[in-house]
Amino acid sequence: MAQQQKKTVFEPWEDPSEKPIIRFKNVTKRFGDFTAIDNLTLDIYRREFFALLGPSGCGKTTLMRMLAGFETPTSGSILLDDKDIAAVPPNKREVNMMFQSYALFPHLTVYDNIAFGLRRSSMPKADIPGRVEQMLRLTQLTQFAKRKPHQISGGQRQRVALARSLAKAPKLLLLDEPLGALDKKLRNETQFELMDIQEKTGTTFVIVTHDQEEAMTVASRVAVMDQGRIVQVATPDRIYETPNSVYVADFIGDVNLITGKAYPGTGEQVEIHWGEAQAPIRANTSKSLAAGAEVKFAIRPEKIGIASEPPQDAANVVQGKVLDIAYLGNISTYHVELPSGDVLKAQATNSRRISRRNITWDDTVWLFWTDTAGIVLTE
Amino acid sequence: MNGGRFSWFNATSLTLGFAFLYLPMLILVIYSFNESRLVTVWAGFSTKWYGELLQNDAFLDAAWVTLKVGFWSSTLATVLGTMAAYVVVRSGRFTGRSLFSGMVYAPLVMPEVITGLALLLFFIAIGLDRGVLTIVLAHTTFAMCYVSVVVSSRLVTFDRSLEEAALDLGSTPFDAFRSVTLPIIAPAVISGWLLAFTLSLDDLVIASFTSGPSSTTLPIKIFSSVRLGVSPEINALSTIMIGIVTVGVITASIVSRRRLVRQRDDEQRALHQE
Ligand SMILES: Nc1ncnc2c1ncn2[C@@H]1O[C@H](COP(=O)(O)OP(=O)(O)OP(=O)(O)O)[C@@H](O)[C@H]1O
Ligand SMILES: [Mg+2]
Repeated sequence: MAQQQKKTVFEPWEDPSEKPIIRFKNVTKRFGDFTAIDNLTLDIYRREFFALLGPSGCGKTTLMRMLAGFETPTSGSILLDDKDIAAVPPNKREVNMMFQSYALFPHLTVYDNIAFGLRRSSMPKADIPGRVEQMLRLTQLTQFAKRKPHQISGGQRQRVALARSLAKAPKLLLLDEPLGALDKKLRNETQFELMDIQEKTGTTFVIVTHDQEEAMTVASRVAVMDQGRIVQVATPDRIYETPNSVYVADFIGDVNLITGKAYPGTGEQVEIHWGEAQAPIRANTSKSLAAGAEVKFAIRPEKIGIASEPPQDAANVVQGKVLDIAYLGNISTYHVELPSGDVLKAQATNSRRISRRNITWDDTVWLFWTDTAGIVLTE
Repeated sequence: MNGGRFSWFNATSLTLGFAFLYLPMLILVIYSFNESRLVTVWAGFSTKWYGELLQNDAFLDAAWVTLKVGFWSSTLATVLGTMAAYVVVRSGRFTGRSLFSGMVYAPLVMPEVITGLALLLFFIAIGLDRGVLTIVLAHTTFAMCYVSVVVSSRLVTFDRSLEEAALDLGSTPFDAFRSVTLPIIAPAVISGWLLAFTLSLDDLVIASFTSGPSSTTLPIKIFSSVRLGVSPEINALSTIMIGIVTVGVITASIVSRRRLVRQRDDEQRALHQE
């Protein structure tokens, strides 16, 4: 997971004097008797790069469409700059949306598609060509300006859709999977462009993505959704390091989950009893747990060390047998079967070329981790 | 024929079918070039009846009335039919939607005599003198449902998100219709207009109910003069009408087929990733 460390701390959600630009207040959206958005409350702040993450059909597009004005909430209210936008038609909202399906105008050229919104804005006619050229350059489409949408490739169409929504530099920009069809290099470039645009213009972005890495790279905060509800909203590193539920832990990145019973010790310490003949897992948690409460212990593979000798001073050590090794170039993932039958994944970087040559299939190995490496989840 | 296989049965039924459809018209066209005044005796090739037709003021007046009626009624029918189609396809569910769409299409199956009679009674009731205007109105009412059928079959495959994109970029709903929807469905609208024009051109029943003394259309004129005997002039006139209708129908189908298919293709491709 690549993480972009911001130079200055940008945390308006921590600042009580800061006013959110968007507020969802107990918003519910039903289609017939199907609930697409379920009593959702959410604040998004100015200049945020807010990412929506969740499985297909969880309501991401529906949320966007309510912001753009194509769907009205069944109940609850949406405030944009403290004003309820229920009654404002889409064409009067200072919101632009990039459609998941692109929705390019097939009868207009790339140029005219991008200019469409500008011609309907207060921008002086003379300034329009300059702005369109700028957008074409940004999305590397200059040489396709005169083509129609059906004469360009899928990735190029996606960039036209992006350019068209960016052109008006709106207060709020909604991007529904904006970069899915681009190759990795172009996607990375465009991600940085987007972040750059945002620094310069101060636009607030709400972006839907299926790509966790993208969410981690660009987002100021990430919301993980499930069946019309928001499960967790936090900064990318918090989402990754301290997920609030098994669902989030499992959805973002790779994770080992161990079910057991918690027995709190002194302070924040807790022992998790699991599997027969296994030493309890020692972990830290700020949660107050009843003795014997059922919990799940979640730990990322890269936080588990692997060795062919019993390590000396680790808080947690388990012995197992190497079942499988996945070589991923810079790292290797070891699937280790414990005597209980559980399989844990451990990751190690291949810093030396023949690194860990001594560990191979069917070897007996020791897995170890510190008492702060994993987290204890109750839901 | 499937697989290009040739059989006597297929060939015979095809020949008979086409003969049944087109032989009468072919004979009419051939006799319009007949030298003789007698319609049944061939006396050599001549185009003189076409020349005489141009001298016949009654026919020329009727032709002019027909064209005027055709133009205005099909234009009106296209506007109204497109609007009706848009409402039926777009506005989703509203109370009485199926009643409304049923009422739009009902005139398609209504016997013409009844439509004609109803319109006649209506015009008399509101005291409208029968003339070009009443024929235009009458043709508009029955042609608009044909236009509406053609246009709505196009609209159901039209992706709503294009209009939403236009609204999102600041268009008013009317501007979105004018600058996005209309250009894309234009081929269907044009073929609807051509269909309406053709229907108006060859309508006899409704026109005879709603025409006045000063507003005889060509079909009425032909019908009444045939009762006094078929003349080669009528043959010539009919040949011209066949020509116009054929050109109209072929153009309509070419416009609708080729551009419709291509544009739908474009639209689809513009909408979806590969
Ligand atoms: N107009 C509609 N009528 C009925 N159901 C709808 C409608 N629009 C969306 N839904 C349903 O609402 C749910 C959420 O849809 P939505 O498009 O918001 O999903 P999504 O999170 O964007 O999924 P994806 O990642 O696949 O784009 C889905 O189950 C969908 O079937
Ligand atoms: Mg979606």
